[in-house]
Amino acid sequence: MAPLLHVSDLRTYFFTFGGTRVVKAVDGVSFTLEAGETLGLVGESGCGKTTTCLSLVGLLPPAARIVGGSIRFAGEELTGKSPRELRRLRGRRIAMILQDPMASLNPLLTIARQVGEPAHFHLRLRGRPLRERVLGLLRAVRIPSPEVRCREYPHQMSGGMRQRIVGAIALAAEPQLIIADEPTTNLDVTIQAQYLNLLKEIQQQTGVALIFVTHNLGIVAKMCDKVAVMYAGKIVEQSPVRELFNAPQHPYTRALLGAMPKLGRREPLYAIPGQPPNLADPPSGCAFHPRCPEVIPRCVSESPEEVVAGNGHTARCWLVQPDVEVSRGRPSA
Amino acid sequence: MPRFIAQRVAYSLVTLFLLSMTIFVIVRLTGDPALLMAEPGARPEDLARIRAQWGLDRPWPVQYVSFIRNVVRGELGRSFNYRLPVSELYFQRLGNSLQLALAATLISVCIGVPAGIVSAVRVNSWWDNLGKAVALLGLSIPGFWLGLVLILVFAVWLRWLPTSGAGDWRHLILPAVSLGWYFAASLLRLTRSSMLEVLGSEYIKLARLKGLPEAVVIGLHAFKNALIPVFTLTGVNLVIMVNAAVVIEVIFAWPGIGRLLFEGIFQRDFPLVQGVVLMAGFMIVLVNLVVDILYALIDPRIRLTR
Amino acid sequence: MATTAPTARTALPPVVRGLRRGVQRVREVPLLAVMILAALVVVAVFAELLAPHDPTLPVRGARYFAPPFWMAGGSLETPLGTDFQGRDVLSRLIFGARVSLLVGLMGTLVAGSLGTAMGILSGYLGGWVDQVIMRLTDAWLALPSLVFAIFLATMVGPSMWNIIIILGLVYWTRYARVIRGEVLSLREREFVKLAEIAGASKLRVIRRHILPNVLNTTMVLASLTIGVVIIAEASLSFLGVGVPPPQPAWGLMLSEARPTLMAGQWWLTVFPGVCILLVVLATQLFGDWLRVRLDPQLRNL
Repeated sequence: MAPLLHVSDLRTYFFTFGGTRVVKAVDGVSFTLEAGETLGLVGESGCGKTTTCLSLVGLLPPAARIVGGSIRFAGEELTGKSPRELRRLRGRRIAMILQDPMASLNPLLTIARQVGEPAHFHLRLRGRPLRERVLGLLRAVRIPSPEVRCREYPHQMSGGMRQRIVGAIALAAEPQLIIADEPTTNLDVTIQAQYLNLLKEIQQQTGVALIFVTHNLGIVAKMCDKVAVMYAGKIVEQSPVRELFNAPQHPYTRALLGAMPKLGRREPLYAIPGQPPNLADPPSGCAFHPRCPEVIPRCVSESPEEVVAGNGHTARCWLVQPDVEVSRGRPSA
Repeated sequence: MPRFIAQRVAYSLVTLFLLSMTIFVIVRLTGDPALLMAEPGARPEDLARIRAQWGLDRPWPVQYVSFIRNVVRGELGRSFNYRLPVSELYFQRLGNSLQLALAATLISVCIGVPAGIVSAVRVNSWWDNLGKAVALLGLSIPGFWLGLVLILVFAVWLRWLPTSGAGDWRHLILPAVSLGWYFAASLLRLTRSSMLEVLGSEYIKLARLKGLPEAVVIGLHAFKNALIPVFTLTGVNLVIMVNAAVVIEVIFAWPGIGRLLFEGIFQRDFPLVQGVVLMAGFMIVLVNLVVDILYALIDPRIRLTR
Repeated sequence: MATTAPTARTALPPVVRGLRRGVQRVREVPLLAVMILAALVVVAVFAELLAPHDPTLPVRGARYFAPPFWMAGGSLETPLGTDFQGRDVLSRLIFGARVSLLVGLMGTLVAGSLGTAMGILSGYLGGWVDQVIMRLTDAWLALPSLVFAIFLATMVGPSMWNIIIILGLVYWTRYARVIRGEVLSLREREFVKLAEIAGASKLRVIRRHILPNVLNTTMVLASLTIGVVIIAEASLSFLGVGVPPPQPAWGLMLSEARPTLMAGQWWLTVFPGVCILLVVLATQLFGDWLRVRLDPQLRNL
């Protein structure tokens, strides 16, 4: 059976200053996702994670355009679809949870209205069934006394409640895929943990696939089945989650893992030196070379191709030795 | 909410107090009110009589108290020229001014708000540039000159519309357009910037992510939020147009409050001028208060927290 | 980054890049606006040299209501026609530029300095001073500016200098509000706190630290107010409470032209209006540009 989502060689560029400057925000990204699976999309800010997600739902800012590649979702090609077709898809089959729960609810509309909208417009629910659906959703995300709460406004809720309501909105029309763009960055740690547990539980019940965008590898370890590490618009390493943590191949992944706080660890926290590159003027060769601790001359001049490093494990680095056995078993990338 | 209203009312009262004080002091600082009150060519004994009659020989605080007492009773003085109470004259003319101001508001809202929305939704497009140009022209062309040019074109050359006076709807078109012109431009600017701000917000992004039709995103999610400042400006501006359309009403001989003020200036009818100015200020303070309260009713953040 | 492959952009020598940036900066300036304003200043300053006739006296030998030169009955002696007293319209427009510019600049100066001073006092001193000034500002803002100006003008009588002071008194409140807000945030900034801890007097803090930092805002507001003041002066003169005749002010010319409008003597109405329009348009364009340059936060004013 074909995977739920198959993205191959996706390229989304920003054209600024009247098209004179091109920013390759997403530059040849490929990954697949099965139904019910969770993919973690990891990387520092500005590496193209959010642009990748917005390309999937067809809501790019005006300056951005998909210039190449394909997005196949449940057997359908999304890249050539009209805005109207994409709109029918959004919220109905692919939902998205935004970063900021405080800002993503409309201050002037009731919770019931905002939660009910996807069911109203996509599933054509009206009146009593719609109301039942809203109450059910609020119950599913553990909003206490939903009958009262649904008549209230966002400013009357706590941050954690608002984020759960945003989750309820995502679930409202029973999508097959939910993209969560750093959904917990603005929550404190205990509420964060509760929220993640809730998402996982909902995933088990509904079988929805998740793309989890984050820069927090701890969340990836807890939530995801596989991970894609992005750097400067490219996926530099991709693998099942356990293998990535046990045998990271790309120096950038290792640096990220080194920058992760661990309980009981004594050595000082390692920070990646330097800044992520400016994508309007990217470094030559491998984009990570100016910050890479293991740089070799070849990195400066040539950009590495994707190398298969294990079962379902690929990396883009000159230092990675291809796993000949596995790579022979599949068509060349 | 009750506390919010009480607070607003208190502020308005303070503003009214300072407003009346300002007018009271200006009149006494800039000259002898008796000279202003007297009809031109009055003799010294007439002036003395006026001073005694109006209590102008008493100390200022006493005068101020009686001034306020009269104002509260609705006595704004008596026009020399019409030999009628100013308040009566004011309310006689109010209907005409309101008619003109409503027509002008209607025209400017019908032009300014949709154009502002289109400009914001299609930002930096051809439409947006047209909107910007219209806004710039609107703020640069003096309304009264536009009125003169409209008379020249439509009344003198084309003879389609009457030049002046009040009567049926045809008398209303030219003055309403001239009066509403500037406001249409400022409304366009405000709607555009307000919409742009809202359209960039996360909740609009979420509304789009829900797959809502664009009409619902713009018309319900964005517009309701962007509407608040637009609504405020419209309300305040309506009242300003009622009271301050002096030049337009003079040009078109429209028998409204602005023209009353103009007559007051020309006939040195001081109580009339002072009364109209006071009424204008009072009405604007009042509408500000009403707008504040309505604003609180629209916005649940104010309605429910206080 | 030494290793970066040279691209077309970085390969250019620095001189060329600097030059390009310079050209770009000049191109950002609204050229039309600057040209109109420059022309206005030149005309206003050299009115005596430029005007063909005395603006207040009839042109000898000219008819009343002579049309512009390209129409039948027009003459190059009075290129834009004559008015109801046989005065040269062009000369009156040229001298009118002086009135508009003077009232616009001086009125804005009075409003700007008064408003900025009040705003700084209100924001920096706080307490009851702030309360009094702000409530006064509310009260004065409640009066429609034109009605307030008419009221004051009726009290003091018409003259150009009175108009300047009146318009200053009417428009200072707008500055006071904005500047106060600015000062409130400045007051919390490190350098102001440090100066206060170092024992600088209030006056010194205001002079050295507050005033220089709010001047940008004052400039932006001023550039946007000039046009409003010019229109207000024209309206007052039109109503007969502004610049008194026979002084040539554009608003007054419009007022004198009104009775002749019906007779189709359009040039008396069109030319002064176009002058006002161009000047106000230029100040608006220039003000918008200045606002973006100096203070993008003021976008909504």
